[in-house]
Amino acid sequence: MIKVQFFASLRETLGTAAVEIEADGVADVNDVLDRLVATWGSHWEQVLRHEKVLMAVNQQVADRRAAVADGDEVAFFPPVTGG
Amino acid sequence: MQIEIRVQVEDFSLQAEAERLRAVALDTGALVTFTGLVRDFSEGKTVEGLFLEHYPGMTERSLQTIADEAATRWPLHAITIIHRTGRLDAGQQIVFVGVTSAHRQAAFAACDFLMDYLKTRAPFWKKSYSPEGEHWVDAKDSDLDAATRWE
Repeated sequence: MIKVQFFASLRETLGTAAVEIEADGVADVNDVLDRLVATWGSHWEQVLRHEKVLMAVNQQVADRRAAVADGDEVAFFPPVTGG
Repeated sequence: MQIEIRVQVEDFSLQAEAERLRAVALDTGALVTFTGLVRDFSEGKTVEGLFLEHYPGMTERSLQTIADEAATRWPLHAITIIHRTGRLDAGQQIVFVGVTSAHRQAAFAACDFLMDYLKTRAPFWKKSYSPEGEHWVDAKDSDLDAATRWE
């Protein structure tokens, strides 16, 4: 399984902080996005494929081509605003 | 070189943190601290408070990476970074960065660098509460511009 987390405005818009998806057929973040959209609908596509959305794999900033394997943790979040 | 990273709900004491930093090395000649506060206005609107969200694990790692980077750029003795999370009211302390070095130039520069990188690289998100309602704060281009100074 792959754990997918959402933070801040993405968490609120999608209505969930985390979901799990099967690792079969998933090789990169783009595949994770495809799986999420196939499961939860096109609303998720609009939210998660927005140009400003950032992503991380195993808590390291990544892009859509970054490799993802079984047991990995993927996260999507808006631009950061701390400090 | 001592690095301390804390992400916490609790408030912190500026005096206590400064004294801990001062005690690390006797050849320390400069202690520079920055304390960020919750302003009661933003973009012309009243702000009653903020809610700070973070990514447990990644946030601490990213602050550690930023501190490590500062330590390679300047001859520092100690770095403390504290960032609060959860609900914070206007006027409260939100972030602390403290740096010590033999001389002030390195300490000033490192403190400035740490805040610029923290604001643009560490996964924290602010929601702002005002009499009109609540909204997630947008990232500012000026913060990104400030961070590119160090590249």
